[in-house]
Amino acid sequence: MADLSTNAGKVAPFVQTEIIPQSPPPVTETGIIKWVRENLFSSIPNGLMTLIALYVIFQLLSLVVPWLMNGVWGTEGEGPNSLDECRQRLEGATGGCFAVIRERWQQLLFGNYPKDELWRPTVTFFGLILAALPVMFVKLPAKLRLFTLVFPFVAFWLLWGGTIWVPILFFGAVILGYIAYSKLVGNSFFLGVLGFLAVVALTAFFLIGPISSVLNGIIPIELSGVESRQIGGFILNFILGITCVSLSIPLGIVLALGRQSDLPIIKGICVVFIEFIRGVPLITLLFVASVMLAYFLPPNANFDIMIRVIIMITLFAAAYIAEAIRGGLAALPKGQYEAADALGLDYWQAMRLIILPQALKISIPSIVNIAIGLFKDTTLVSIISMVDLLGMIQQRIFNTTEWFGVYWELLGFAAFLFFIICYGISQYSQWLERQLATDHR
Amino acid sequence: MKKNVFLSALAAAAVTATGALADGHGGATLAAVKDRGSLKCGISTGLVGFASQDANDEWEGFDVAVCRAVAAAVLGDPTAVEFRPVTNKERFEVLNSGDIDMLSRNTTWTFSRDVDLKLEFVGVNYYDGQGFMVPKELGVSSAKDLDGAPVCIQSGTTTELNLADFFRTNNISYQPVSITTASEAQQAYLAGRCAVYTTDASGLAATRASFENPEDHVVLPEIISKEPLGPLVRHGDSEWGDVVRWSLNTLIAAEELGITSANVGELSAAPTENPEINRLLGTEGNLGEMLGLPADFGAAIIQADGNYGEIFEKYIGENTPIGLSRGLNAQWTDGGLLYAPPFR
Repeated sequence: MADLSTNAGKVAPFVQTEIIPQSPPPVTETGIIKWVRENLFSSIPNGLMTLIALYVIFQLLSLVVPWLMNGVWGTEGEGPNSLDECRQRLEGATGGCFAVIRERWQQLLFGNYPKDELWRPTVTFFGLILAALPVMFVKLPAKLRLFTLVFPFVAFWLLWGGTIWVPILFFGAVILGYIAYSKLVGNSFFLGVLGFLAVVALTAFFLIGPISSVLNGIIPIELSGVESRQIGGFILNFILGITCVSLSIPLGIVLALGRQSDLPIIKGICVVFIEFIRGVPLITLLFVASVMLAYFLPPNANFDIMIRVIIMITLFAAAYIAEAIRGGLAALPKGQYEAADALGLDYWQAMRLIILPQALKISIPSIVNIAIGLFKDTTLVSIISMVDLLGMIQQRIFNTTEWFGVYWELLGFAAFLFFIICYGISQYSQWLERQLATDHR
Repeated sequence: MKKNVFLSALAAAAVTATGALADGHGGATLAAVKDRGSLKCGISTGLVGFASQDANDEWEGFDVAVCRAVAAAVLGDPTAVEFRPVTNKERFEVLNSGDIDMLSRNTTWTFSRDVDLKLEFVGVNYYDGQGFMVPKELGVSSAKDLDGAPVCIQSGTTTELNLADFFRTNNISYQPVSITTASEAQQAYLAGRCAVYTTDASGLAATRASFENPEDHVVLPEIISKEPLGPLVRHGDSEWGDVVRWSLNTLIAAEELGITSANVGELSAAPTENPEINRLLGTEGNLGEMLGLPADFGAAIIQADGNYGEIFEKYIGENTPIGLSRGLNAQWTDGGLLYAPPFR
């Protein structure tokens, strides 16, 4: 440095003294032209590919855009109320006949749910959002989670109707079970869970029926009953998807831990269960639920088809989730297990406090993957005469005299609904992963 | 192995028990329906013109009208029906297990179904037959010109077997293109995946009517199978079978006798000069009593939705988008096959 300053006076005369003003970069090296050159036409093959891709996109858009923009929606009063009337309005121009969605949206969303009672599934849907928020976003006040706890019972009552005392008593049974759990958990976590399940099952089977009918005799609060067969459309996919995912995650955790267990019988049961379920297609299980189970039940047993299907889908998803979580467990360094042991934690404490929080975090992407797949798989129930969104479209609306021949409009609508939900789930899981990222990358 | 034996024994026991139960119900279906106050009727999960759901979830259609007629006859109320949509595969099992009282679901009357499956077809409400549809530009005038053509066909149905028989007897070949539903068939045919679409003639007419340019397609003259479609009940309860049979016959006879939904009120108010009309409408004789039904059961049926001809015109006739002509389904007096036995 010192050297430079002493030489300052002897600057050679031909050296420019002032800085040349910056000139803009050449046109070809800046802005959109540069971007196009580098990304679209960097070489001849790439340029050709770009042109071909542009042509394909143009062809697709010139099909889809007029069809969408020119589509006929119509109005309630004036129609069009059939494909024929739609075509008369279009007068030969290309355009979708979206009037079918306008006329049938209630069936698409709610199936054959009684028309006067549509507020019930609607309220349930918004309730579901409220109940899901505190679970999804941990920063919200913890008290909101009380609503999440109550929500399944409210939702059951709203959707299926009947007397209010059944869900209230069932909620009471859960509270009783929790008391049993807190008494026993001092001895062992496992015993606590067992006590909880035993109390809930016993009260549910023997007490709720008689007590609720007595209470309903005294204070009758009832909604008109709705049969499972009447529930359909997109809410059926929703009910099945949400219930089965939320039930299968705890079951999947248990199965994953069982598969890693040192106890041979538990391990054996879990391995056989997981491998059996993973080896059988979901559709087979659904057929078993709808047809085969009837052979093993007493002839007049009224075992609701919805419950049978929920059980089957839950078992199916649980097996897959168990494997995803097992991956998470295997990915944890052995040191974590040993550290837990060194701290003197027992098995359940170690799992709850150290192992599972980390293993579950690792498994989030694959669990979400399974959840999205499961949500879409709920459309399979249309094969066993439950009329979900796809069943409503393919079996019912496709076969009405008015709308026979309408095709892409309805399937496109179904795809749109499913895309919104699935994309939402996937975005949420990515956000969650970022939130939980505690490692230094 | 032991477990297997145990399970199958259990299954067998359950099946026997179900069968016994169904038989036990047997003589008493009519009483059960009256007790319940509603008729459980099995219908198609959706078939254009024959059974479909409108925007208010109400079922309507040609097959549905038969259910409503029986409900009107037994309970006096055509809306007292619990519809149970059943698929092709499960329909007979559901009927035999006693879940439904009758099945009105475009089911072909065949020997093995009648005899082997222990079902009782009570009559025919639509005479159908399998046909072919081709684009006009193909220039084909007979199905025998279709050598080597790709044919759209619903898999797992009798139409598939009929098609194989037809091409074999005529010593020509075809490429089957399997599809599962009518709307899928329609799309596949329009997209050119197959040059020929074959199914029941009523289905062809409905499909053709749904095209943007129906006149570009022709239904070939050959009908290659007999498909008498009709309502059916379980074996073992002839009284109930009689009720359904004569409800259907009432629809057909009413058209022959000129009783319509418009004049039934007038005709049933007082005995007319035609004794058969009187017997059918219950103003004379005791036909209703013989069936265990109210005397005016015939009048109730016609009041519900009209006679056979009116139902036909309303749901599948020439003024509907489906546009079927009566053809074989005209009265015997008009050269058709409909022929109701006398009400006497």
